[in-house]
Amino acid sequence: MALLFDYALRQADSALILGHRLSEWIGHAPLLEEELALGNIALDLIGEARALYAHAGTVEGKGRDEDALAYRRDAGAFRNLLLVEQPNGDFAVTIIRQLLYSAFAHPFWRALGQSRDATLAAIAAKAEKEAAYHLRHAGEWLIRLGDGTAESHRRAQAALDELWPYSGELFETDAVELALIAEGVAVDPATLRPEWERTVAAVLAEATLAAPAGEWMQSGGRSGRHSEHLGHLLATMQFLQRAYPGAVW
Amino acid sequence: MYTQGLLHAKDDDRAAPEPADRLARFQARIDAEEKIEPNDWMPEAYRRTLVRMISQHAHSEIVGMLPEGNWLTRAPSLRRKAALLAKVQDEGGHGLYLYAAAETLGVSREELMEQLLLGKAKYSSIFNYPTLSWADIGAIGWLVDGAAIMNQIPLCRCSYGPYARAMIRICKEESFHQRQGFEIMLTLARGTSEQKAMAQDALDRWWWPSLMMFGPSDTQSQHSDASLRWKIKRFSNDELRQKFVDATVPQGRFLGLAFPDADLRYDEAAGHWRFGAIDWAEFRAVLAGNGPCNRQRLAQRSAADERGRWVRAAATAHAEKRRARAAE
Ligand SMILES: [Fe+2]
Ligand SMILES: [Fe+2]
Repeated sequence: MALLFDYALRQADSALILGHRLSEWIGHAPLLEEELALGNIALDLIGEARALYAHAGTVEGKGRDEDALAYRRDAGAFRNLLLVEQPNGDFAVTIIRQLLYSAFAHPFWRALGQSRDATLAAIAAKAEKEAAYHLRHAGEWLIRLGDGTAESHRRAQAALDELWPYSGELFETDAVELALIAEGVAVDPATLRPEWERTVAAVLAEATLAAPAGEWMQSGGRSGRHSEHLGHLLATMQFLQRAYPGAVW
Repeated sequence: MYTQGLLHAKDDDRAAPEPADRLARFQARIDAEEKIEPNDWMPEAYRRTLVRMISQHAHSEIVGMLPEGNWLTRAPSLRRKAALLAKVQDEGGHGLYLYAAAETLGVSREELMEQLLLGKAKYSSIFNYPTLSWADIGAIGWLVDGAAIMNQIPLCRCSYGPYARAMIRICKEESFHQRQGFEIMLTLARGTSEQKAMAQDALDRWWWPSLMMFGPSDTQSQHSDASLRWKIKRFSNDELRQKFVDATVPQGRFLGLAFPDADLRYDEAAGHWRFGAIDWAEFRAVLAGNGPCNRQRLAQRSAADERGRWVRAAATAHAEKRRARAAE
């Protein structure tokens, strides 16, 4: 059960942190329609996180609810991907981050829909539909940016170069995952790699962008070794729960 | 209300005179409660009044996203975070329908946005106050959305069809926001002493600005008469303000909070809550651009617009390329 708790938490943390990042755009988006679209995606992701935290809390059986898990753990206990905690940057960075994540999330949730854990499978079935929209949104924007003006092309390429080293972590597996894969509960991310590569390559081609040549990949999210950014994000997000312990909101 | 800036709008009705028989037929349609549609003939002053009202309302929705957006990243629970995100998004959606309604009167969203960013357009004074604690999110939902509903329910019967229809859609969401805000206040009022103090402080700061949302007193307002005759508005500013006070005071008492008004008392004979004098000097100062956050709100919208310029340019350039390729 500890394995399942950990596994659900990983997915929940990634969904929450990415949703939180997107919510930072509200009031700052490049056009009104994007205020709404980014807000929608953030809402989907936070919804996924809530379902996953609830499941993790139940599996753990120590009475921790979604807020205990989201608001009362420190950065080292978070298990999200490094990719999703990266700052919003300009709109191109946000779109690249979303594309790299959603091109993985879409087949991931589809595969997890077959999980032998019925709750995970149900959460995955809903998340798959949401991820399909997130992927389409990011893909369409990246094509506009890459194949738009000289400036947007330059920014999109720079964003891709900046975030590419965080894409390797999507496909990592560790002992927790291997054990759950063997039980038919978890998805082996390595099996998703060909589809992810095809999806990303197709978008990059249409966007006239080049995948970076560098092989080096950053790693650490799954073991709680994060970038400096996560601590600041949590300091903001968790402020009220930390400042008024025990209060109900 | 969201269109309180009418106080300062300048009218120039000295344009070409409109034929009396047309004006009379128009007024007859209004009196018969017919809806005026975009392609129908309408007096120029009617059109201009509506453009002003609808655009001020739209701008208020968009600027109104900012004070609440200030707490999106700090919402104290995931449920509150999701609800606030959905609410702020609803307000953006309201802005979109309203700009679309204004477009039926021949002004584009781009023009209206430009006026807003140049500081030439008005929006509700309420959004120039800061959100200093989480309780402000409760107070805004309860009081600001509550005041908006008072004003907007009669606008669902506005004589101009597209505005009336937009209002019907919007009102449903606003009343949801109002209940959600009240529920935040209730949770705080029943919470720890610190939370209760937070709720009281929010009421202290938001109460008077909420009353100012209804705009100047009827004795001051230049536009109410024509707006009432054309059935753009159905009630005067003071009537709506009184309705709001009557509906809201019992809710505040239920919360166990005190209103920051020593003169507030129930008038048994009239069946109304009587309230003290509104500080109109403060109201005028905020409308004139000197509220606590006027500059900050416009600066944030301008910065977003500026930072998004290359994105919009990319979208336009890409669409051009597609069209060119399709034509080949
Ligand atoms: Fe609204
Ligand atoms: Fe609202």
